[in-house]
Amino acid sequence: MKTARIDSRYVPLLGTIAVFLLTAGYGSFAYPSFFSAQVFLNLLIDNAFLCIVGVGMTFVILSGGIDLSVGSVIALTTMVSAALVEQQHWSAAQAIPLVLVLGAGFGALMGWLIQRFKLQPFIVTLAGMFLARGLCYLISIDSISITDSAYTSIAQARLPLWSDGASITVGALLALAVLAFGIWLAHATEFGRTVYAIGGSEASALLMGLPVARTTVLVYTFSGLCSALAGVVFTFYMLSGYGLHAVGLELDAIAAVVIGGTLLSGGVGYVFGTLFGVLILGIIQTLIAFDGSLSSWWTRIVIGALLLVFCLLQRAFESRR
Amino acid sequence: MLQTLLRHRLLWPSITLLLLLAVNAAFNPGFWQLQWRDGHLYGSVIDILNRAAPLALVAMGMTLVIATRGIDISVGAVVAIAAAVAALMIGGELVVKDGVQTHVSRFPMGLAIAAALAVAAFCGLWNGLLVARVGMQPIIATLILMVAGRGIAQLLTGGQIITVYYAPFFYLGNGFLLGLPFAVFIAAAVWLVLHLLMTRTALGLFIQAIGINPAAARLAGLQERLITVCVYVFCGLAAGVAGLVISSNVKSADGNNAGMLMELDAILAVTLGGTALTGGRFSLAGSVLGALIIQTLTSTIYSIGVPPEINMVVKAAVVFVVMLLQSAEFRAALRGWVVRSGNQRS
Repeated sequence: MKTARIDSRYVPLLGTIAVFLLTAGYGSFAYPSFFSAQVFLNLLIDNAFLCIVGVGMTFVILSGGIDLSVGSVIALTTMVSAALVEQQHWSAAQAIPLVLVLGAGFGALMGWLIQRFKLQPFIVTLAGMFLARGLCYLISIDSISITDSAYTSIAQARLPLWSDGASITVGALLALAVLAFGIWLAHATEFGRTVYAIGGSEASALLMGLPVARTTVLVYTFSGLCSALAGVVFTFYMLSGYGLHAVGLELDAIAAVVIGGTLLSGGVGYVFGTLFGVLILGIIQTLIAFDGSLSSWWTRIVIGALLLVFCLLQRAFESRR
Repeated sequence: MLQTLLRHRLLWPSITLLLLLAVNAAFNPGFWQLQWRDGHLYGSVIDILNRAAPLALVAMGMTLVIATRGIDISVGAVVAIAAAVAALMIGGELVVKDGVQTHVSRFPMGLAIAAALAVAAFCGLWNGLLVARVGMQPIIATLILMVAGRGIAQLLTGGQIITVYYAPFFYLGNGFLLGLPFAVFIAAAVWLVLHLLMTRTALGLFIQAIGINPAAARLAGLQERLITVCVYVFCGLAAGVAGLVISSNVKSADGNNAGMLMELDAILAVTLGGTALTGGRFSLAGSVLGALIIQTLTSTIYSIGVPPEINMVVKAAVVFVVMLLQSAEFRAALRGWVVRSGNQRS
């Protein structure tokens, strides 16, 4: 008789999904109002930008790199959008493509530096983080709120799902679209396979004749584009541009990717897992909000502890192979 | 003679610092002026030295970590934790003693400082064990403490700024010894001890060996793991001392913002000082110079009247330039361009 065996590659991913389900189960058990469609949809709505950034970050980490600039690129995107729309009176249709191109260009530049001059991704994106935050302050030190009608109407748009009033925002839909695109890109294209190959071993990928240089630059370009898109979603979410938006988001994104089962050494992981990484981060925040007696800094401590557990599991998993 | 001077590793950091000082002096005529008031020296240069001391301390710890091919991005959180522990244990209640109102420490100050440093060293030990025993990548191992440590600091301070009223504690960050700020002596003493340890014992050689090739170092019989753990413990300890100096200087502990982005400044200082991020050779004096450069840069930006917000852009530009100059590929490409343009002209 053939027993159902789970492919060992899926173990980390299944572990993540199990943690999410257990946390959700605990929440539903402990707080009667927790188990509702809207609470779960809010996880996606409130973390849409994190999900988008996480998809880009997954590719970077799969290729064996890291991108620390994502949070400040989000801030820069909100700032440029707000300045263009409010001060230069551009329309949303003009401003949004421009910031997307800016984000992708920023990522491409960092990717080129990393690839061409064999610099460490960590230090290049760290400098990029400084640069993008600094550019925010050059535009304005204060927060610029957005009153443009196109932005406010998109921000307030709600897509009703089924009958009990549950609804979803444009940002959450975009996040799901990016996620689907990311899954397709990672598992059904030449680019995706090259990313896995580079993460597995860059030297082998080069010897196999894969376009390592181009792919590395493209990975960072994609991450920059995702950050800019997340910045657009964040602009809808906050309806303002501010240099202090999304401080520390890069760490949340890395945490989401790691919790989602992607190995930090590169080459192993799933874009789909990142969704659950994001959802776990979101559900911890929701639980702490539901509890009411715990202060917001418990979120950071719990995320840190969770990160530790998953990293330890990764190590155990790696050494077993 | 000139050859050895030109090859010296501290040449470029020194030139950068001197240039920055010259720019300062040009924009601010009173820059070099020192005043002797109440038995202390006052002046812009003294101010820079005093403010650079905590960063120099953190940068020295970071130098050793980077020399072993590691990185410690949790130093900012450790600064906040150490400051919070010290501020909580000292506090400074108002007590009427012999008809005079005085602030007293909750615990003896020595105990409070020892506890803060012990906690900081424990943070370092935690990082070191994760890196050397568990085998995590240093950036991820310290990322955990960076995320959770900030939360712990906020938990300790209750998300508030804790004010310290106990006057003797202020000596660390505001006091003067022989006319110079006391913090400068702390940084200098740590440098001296480290310098002696690195040059008079084989420890410096061991650390470089680990950074150049950990496997070879282990095969050569070095206790690679033990040394790595010790280096992280020292880095945590140095961050703890910096936290004490900072909280003493501002007479409070802020769990939310103390030491924020300090890890980046420290890494920048180390890079500026000529230590390669890939590990191996390192220069403690270079990192101290790097810290001085960063602090001078900040004060330059203030003195030439540029909005201080531009500071981050300037720092980013400096990091880009320095890391490009450190890259062998960039230098090769640069040589190629120079040779090519030279050929075209002739």
